[in-house]
Amino acid sequence: MSPASTLSRSERQIGFGLAVALALLGLVMAAGAGHGVMAVHGTMALALGMLLVFRVGGAFYDPQPDADRLNRYYDAPTRFGITMTLIWAIIGMGVGVWVAALLYWPEATPAVPWTSFGRLRPVHTTGVIFGFGGNALIATSYYVLQRTSRTRLADSISPWFVLIGFNLFCAWAVTGYVMGSTQSKEYAEPEWYADLWLVVVWVVYFTLYIRTLARRHEPHIYVANWYYMAFILVVAMLHIVNNLALPVSFGAADSFTIWAGVQDAMIQWWYGHNAVAFFLTAGFLGMLYYFLPVRSGRPIWSYRLSIVSFWGIVFFYIWVGSHHLHYTALPYWVQTLGMTFSVMLLVPSWASAGNAIATLNGAWHKVRDDATLRFMFVAAVFYGLSTFEGSFLAIRPVNSLSHYTDWTVGHVHSGTLGWVAMIIFGAVYTLVPNISGRDTMAWPRAIEWHFWLAVGGTLVYVIALWNAGITQGLMWRAYDENGALSYSFVESVRAMAPYYLLRTLGGAMFLTGAILCALNCWATYRLTPLAQTPRDRPLGLQPAE
Amino acid sequence: MLKLHYNLEKLSMGLVAGIIVAASIGGIVEIAPLFVIDETVSMPEDMRPHTPLELAGREIYIREGCYACHSQMVRSLADELDRYGPYSLAAESAYDHPMLWGSKRTGPDLARLGEKYSDAWHSAHLIDPRSVVPASIMPSYPWLVRPLDTQMLSAQLGTLARLGVPYDPEMVSAAVADAQGQSRPESDAADAVRDRYGADVAVRAFDGDASLLTEMDALVAYLQSLGRLTDAAYGNLAGEIE
Repeated sequence: MSPASTLSRSERQIGFGLAVALALLGLVMAAGAGHGVMAVHGTMALALGMLLVFRVGGAFYDPQPDADRLNRYYDAPTRFGITMTLIWAIIGMGVGVWVAALLYWPEATPAVPWTSFGRLRPVHTTGVIFGFGGNALIATSYYVLQRTSRTRLADSISPWFVLIGFNLFCAWAVTGYVMGSTQSKEYAEPEWYADLWLVVVWVVYFTLYIRTLARRHEPHIYVANWYYMAFILVVAMLHIVNNLALPVSFGAADSFTIWAGVQDAMIQWWYGHNAVAFFLTAGFLGMLYYFLPVRSGRPIWSYRLSIVSFWGIVFFYIWVGSHHLHYTALPYWVQTLGMTFSVMLLVPSWASAGNAIATLNGAWHKVRDDATLRFMFVAAVFYGLSTFEGSFLAIRPVNSLSHYTDWTVGHVHSGTLGWVAMIIFGAVYTLVPNISGRDTMAWPRAIEWHFWLAVGGTLVYVIALWNAGITQGLMWRAYDENGALSYSFVESVRAMAPYYLLRTLGGAMFLTGAILCALNCWATYRLTPLAQTPRDRPLGLQPAE
Repeated sequence: MLKLHYNLEKLSMGLVAGIIVAASIGGIVEIAPLFVIDETVSMPEDMRPHTPLELAGREIYIREGCYACHSQMVRSLADELDRYGPYSLAAESAYDHPMLWGSKRTGPDLARLGEKYSDAWHSAHLIDPRSVVPASIMPSYPWLVRPLDTQMLSAQLGTLARLGVPYDPEMVSAAVADAQGQSRPESDAADAVRDRYGADVAVRAFDGDASLLTEMDALVAYLQSLGRLTDAAYGNLAGEIE
């Protein structure tokens, strides 16, 4: 069934109009730029608009969907979002393994610009953070929002607008990098028009969230939604401030950020660390607070603790970005504030992790038997470990050793592989059977394989880079008995080789698991649905349109 | 307190307002003062902005993602002073939109790179890093020998001038000529570059060939300018040692 046939006739008209508008926007961009990156991006938008025109137009005279659909949750966008999540997982992690390999075999890449390490590295980061993580957040937020509000999404167009628009942003970003277009701000590399486009998408996303909450049949807004809302709101704030830029010309991708020097550094890491906080943590805690209790069949252990940890995370996190700038030209007092709040942040972080683990009390036999629940358990453990490590690395003297080394990279991956990706896989394995009308995934044994590949890959990766980073840090600061530096820089590079090889292996294991997950989801999508679970539907009848 | 939250949970806009307030305070307290406290950046008198050729090189540095593996920020730690040179001052990146302080040293810090190696070394190193540093894992950039595209250069200087970088209208309009001139030491245009940007600006055929302006010229000119826009950092260190 084409997704367009889940729309009513009037919704198809709106969708058709939006598709035409997107095609026109692409045409204007391509014609205005004439050549270069922006023209390519305009052409991409034009092609996507045309594709949507045909998809919606082709389904225009299909029979109207049955009126009973309003008494069901609208899961077609979630299904699409999960598909995109898994496609981006393979792209982002695949490029990650490739660039990791290039650090060991620098000659392995063809000597053409677009396969160069420096251009592919942001393809990896954007691919996994925004492509994989972002799609997972949006897709699961639709699923969780509807079920915790016991109501259907407020309309059927905006969920598609958000998902398709977000994926266009991701596609613009990664194709821009390989063509050499980047703002160079880490994790905020896309150029000005892509940033503006994301703002439009985000406003629609927020509006959809609030409108759906307004229709809820539960008096209380469930804690998962607080986190998803914090994710949407604060990411908007960070994105807009950090990306303020003056284009060199409206017909080209080039721009200069309005911030300079030390202020730019502070704003960049205020953004950078809170992209970790509100993109890679808050939204995923929302995921954890819904899927962990659902899968384990246990209520959240402490309601009060979830309140304390939520407001603690929202308030403390925003201060900590300056710990990326210890001993630099940033004023000392700002560094000290960043360090202090980083240490205090451990309290709400561990409150969340502890709350999650305590929730499993009474369900440990399920953790043993069910690989899906085990994904979520491991995610909570890694969340606790990496937030401890983060607070530790933010302490000034520790940071003097760890900063600029691969320890930081290892720390980030213990958070992203061990926590973020694990909770995504746990959520995917829980919701994919449900939206496919099945009780289980198509290949339950493959989840077990995936689990061990993921855990093994994460451990190999993280342990390799802990060793790499501490070795680097110690070699850089070592003095011999005559008071001269013991090692040249290139000796520290040579010492990294075994660790870089190991981390490539760990990454490859993790990627293999992700591919297995994508195949398993694809197989599950293709199964014939069983009868719908009567419990999994909105409360009360909704007025017909 | 719990009762208050019990009621707050029923109001979506109440949660929205709470989140915005809670998440704004830290950023405001840490960022706003950086724009108003004068001591945050003390500008030395001799600080100059990048020349057009160096700026073009900087754009190539950004395009190729060099900042992902090289920092440009020497921290105030003994081993970094011994390895790289004087620690970086805020003023040195005050005209940088954006700053390129970096976050990772897969390769060494570059803040004090200028004039440390010869132009020929840089060219050879960029085309094939392992020809000069056998253990290097840096990618090679053989395509940098292509001609430099100067079409946007004047507009780029103009944009930076609007953002407060001290480029005067003459510098903006002469941007392309200055880029050519900086790589042709024997020409009249070369003298014009020195007039506009100072006598200390390196004017050389950076890639060894004065007849063609290449991306290599631009990138090497930029790398040779790192840490050379002001002498303030060196003065500071001398002051502390005495």
